[in-house]
Amino acid sequence: MKDALGQHQSILVLGGTSEIGLAITELLATRHANRVILAGRNMAALEEAAVGLRGKTNATVSTMAWDARDYSGTDSAVGEAFAKEGRIDMVLVAVGLLGDQAKDEVDLDRGSEVMSVNYVGAATACLAATKRLKEQGQGTLVVLSSVAAVRVRASNFIYGSSKAALDGFCQGLADSLEGSGVEVVIVRPGFVTTKMTAGMKVPPLSTGADAVAKATVAGLARRSAVVWSPPAIRWVSMVLRSLPRPIFRRLPF
Amino acid sequence: MSEQAPAEQSLVWGWGRRPVSRSRLIRLRSGEQADHLWSSAAASSQALARGMGRSYGDAASLAGGVLAETSGMNRVLSLDAASKTLRAEAGASLDKIIKAALPLGLFVPVTPGTRQVSLGGAIAADIHGKNHHVEGSFGRHVRSVTLSGPTGTSTINPATDPELFWATVGGMGLTGVVVQAEIAMIEVETSFIRVDTERARNLDEAMSLMQQGDAQYRYSVAWIDCLARGGNLGRAVLTRGDHASIDELSAKARNNPLAFHPRRGPAAPGWVPSGLLNRFSVAAFNEAWYRKAPKRELGRITPLSSFFHPLDGVRDWNRLYGPRGFLQYQFVVPFGAEDVLRRSIERLSKGRFASFLAVLKRFGDASPAPLSFPMPGWTLALDIPISSGELGPLLDSLDEDITAAGGRTYLAKDSRLPRELLARQYPRLEEWRTARQKADPEGMICSDLCRRLDLAGHH
Ligand SMILES: Cc1cc2nc3c(=O)[nH]c(=O)nc-3n(C[C@H](O)[C@H](O)[C@H](O)COP(=O)(O)OP(=O)(O)OC[C@H]3O[C@@H](n4cnc5c(N)ncnc54)[C@H](O)[C@@H]3O)c2cc1C
Ligand SMILES: NC(=O)c1ccc[n+]([C@@H]2O[C@H](COP(=O)([O-])OP(=O)(O)OC[C@H]3O[C@@H](n4cnc5c(N)ncnc54)[C@H](OP(=O)(O)O)[C@@H]3O)[C@@H](O)[C@H]2O)c1
Repeated sequence: MKDALGQHQSILVLGGTSEIGLAITELLATRHANRVILAGRNMAALEEAAVGLRGKTNATVSTMAWDARDYSGTDSAVGEAFAKEGRIDMVLVAVGLLGDQAKDEVDLDRGSEVMSVNYVGAATACLAATKRLKEQGQGTLVVLSSVAAVRVRASNFIYGSSKAALDGFCQGLADSLEGSGVEVVIVRPGFVTTKMTAGMKVPPLSTGADAVAKATVAGLARRSAVVWSPPAIRWVSMVLRSLPRPIFRRLPF
Repeated sequence: MSEQAPAEQSLVWGWGRRPVSRSRLIRLRSGEQADHLWSSAAASSQALARGMGRSYGDAASLAGGVLAETSGMNRVLSLDAASKTLRAEAGASLDKIIKAALPLGLFVPVTPGTRQVSLGGAIAADIHGKNHHVEGSFGRHVRSVTLSGPTGTSTINPATDPELFWATVGGMGLTGVVVQAEIAMIEVETSFIRVDTERARNLDEAMSLMQQGDAQYRYSVAWIDCLARGGNLGRAVLTRGDHASIDELSAKARNNPLAFHPRRGPAAPGWVPSGLLNRFSVAAFNEAWYRKAPKRELGRITPLSSFFHPLDGVRDWNRLYGPRGFLQYQFVVPFGAEDVLRRSIERLSKGRFASFLAVLKRFGDASPAPLSFPMPGWTLALDIPISSGELGPLLDSLDEDITAAGGRTYLAKDSRLPRELLARQYPRLEEWRTARQKADPEGMICSDLCRRLDLAGHH
């Protein structure tokens, strides 16, 4: 169940090898979360993540196979997880693919994979989770969006637009769930140093996965609909969003 | 008359307004309708009784299940001045019962800080009042209950079925729906309380005044300012007293000594931003309140509503905490563990977790009910607005301290206890589980509290 401070007892992580996803899960599991399922496509990496969580927390951790691009498989995989657990209090959608814009613009298999994983895959996972959470009458859906979704930039518009689509989807979903007992939390991190961004130049205001985890857990306690990490990134993206195009276009990123 | 009541889907929460969950709500009108729950629950979902929703957390919630709300089943069935007993349906509020009983010179044996609780809720939480140190908790005054559960309906008392009776008292609704109950009332001459008020400069002084003087008072409580620090840590105002007799009233009041017209104040506004009650506004309030109290005043004649139920003057005051809600933390530690009490107040004060006055009280003997909260010792209750991530870890560590000292937290107030601590805090949990299991072998009764703490012992 969910408690008054936004702690959740059982968690399903879709994208169970995500560094941010694992940091959030670990923080919840060092307190009251006691059951965790990590779902993803790389079973060896999932198992390694599970071993790590078991070492650091008292939670019972299991893994399951799930590929975000197998849309019909998503419904049955999520259904199976709920059936196995009886109830799941929080579903964390952490799956994401950054891609490489220059290559993705010309290799369309790559470009379309980024778009389909980040939007269709993640949003389908949200739908699969939502219908079960609604039936339970209580639950939380936490979705990792990005500041890149707030205003799509020329340098990574494939990734950015797919996150923008997911972000918009979640806002509408959240409104549609008013009165259902299900709450949606949209997390919009800035640049986070994880394997996703490994090797990239680290910009100002960058943080680690732990900081995103802390901000998310505090957001759950406060019942925030949107969590920004670091908090200052919210104001930066508000400014970016309102810049006139000729200026925005010339920004150095 | 006994056909199925219509159900409606609805969002439900406790007095702290968090956590929230959605259930099907049925408004019970009769005991037979309660019996129907178990045949329909078998086919679909689990069920739980809900009274007036004054428990703070998720005790009266059941996400995805059926909540059988009792407000339509609220008649006072009989009131006998000679035997001093009252029989009422479980949805009757203590407010209604007090209003019916006072004209006959009778009063409820135990009253909580609000009259807006149902008879069923009072039994299910085995509530305590300011007289616990002399008269025990509510269950001690219950003569019999009529209980509707999956295995049938029966009227039980401590002699006919002690196991089920005491599992129901304090059993948080998890043995079935209390449909009716008979309770022993107390006799009063007036609707007034004779109150002695004393200020204590700090916690030590407050505790020693209570230790020395409590035995002379039927009702005793201290309000503590949890934001005062240093040498003022735990400064308090003690209010203690007993029912006033007729000759203690003014000539005017003597004309109608049992008159009872509690003021029904304004409602709190519907929309308030979170954070209105912060440490600055609350500290200012607490300061003013402490200064206003007389240093020492004896024998003031006070209407019982302002002595027992000062908060009932503002309807829906829980909304003042805004959409983020708040929680109430109430624990008891045994006598001898005063250091744990002091440390808890110190840490809450240091963390600046704004709280209007905390309530400190000494409990007397425990009840025979295995899941009942009170035990001989000191109990502290305080409201805390939910502000950030810091609060959880602090309360977790207070829980550890309290549990290690042999203390416990109150389930009717709880919305966040780590489930590992439950069995340590309630050593008779297994005994209660065994009785519950017999009353509900198929697990048709459940609550969000029960799931969160695994009260029933499924996992
Ligand atoms: C301002 C305030 C002051 C308070 N002061 C005190 C105090 O001084 N001392 C104290 O002990 N408590 C106190 N309380 C807590 C309150 O007394 C208990 O939570 C009580 O149980 C509330 O009764 P209710 O009718 O609102 O029950 P609910 O909150 O609706 O339900 C509480 C529990 O009782 C069960 N229940 C309700 N009706 C029935 C029934 N007919 N059959 C079986 N189970 C049932 C529910 O399933 C649930 O588990 C206070 C609460 C508030 C808001
Ligand atoms: N890092 C940042 O700077 C940043 C900033 C803002 C938002 N975000 C978002 O935060 C989320 C987590 O990112 P992160 O930093 O934790 O990166 P990460 O460690 O790379 O996590 C993303 C995970 O998605 C999984 N994944 C990719 N495609 C999948 C597929 N088809 N099916 C199943 N799983 C798949 C990957 O698993 P594999 O092991 O199978 O590859 C990977 O573990 C992402 O949604 C990301 O977009 C990140």
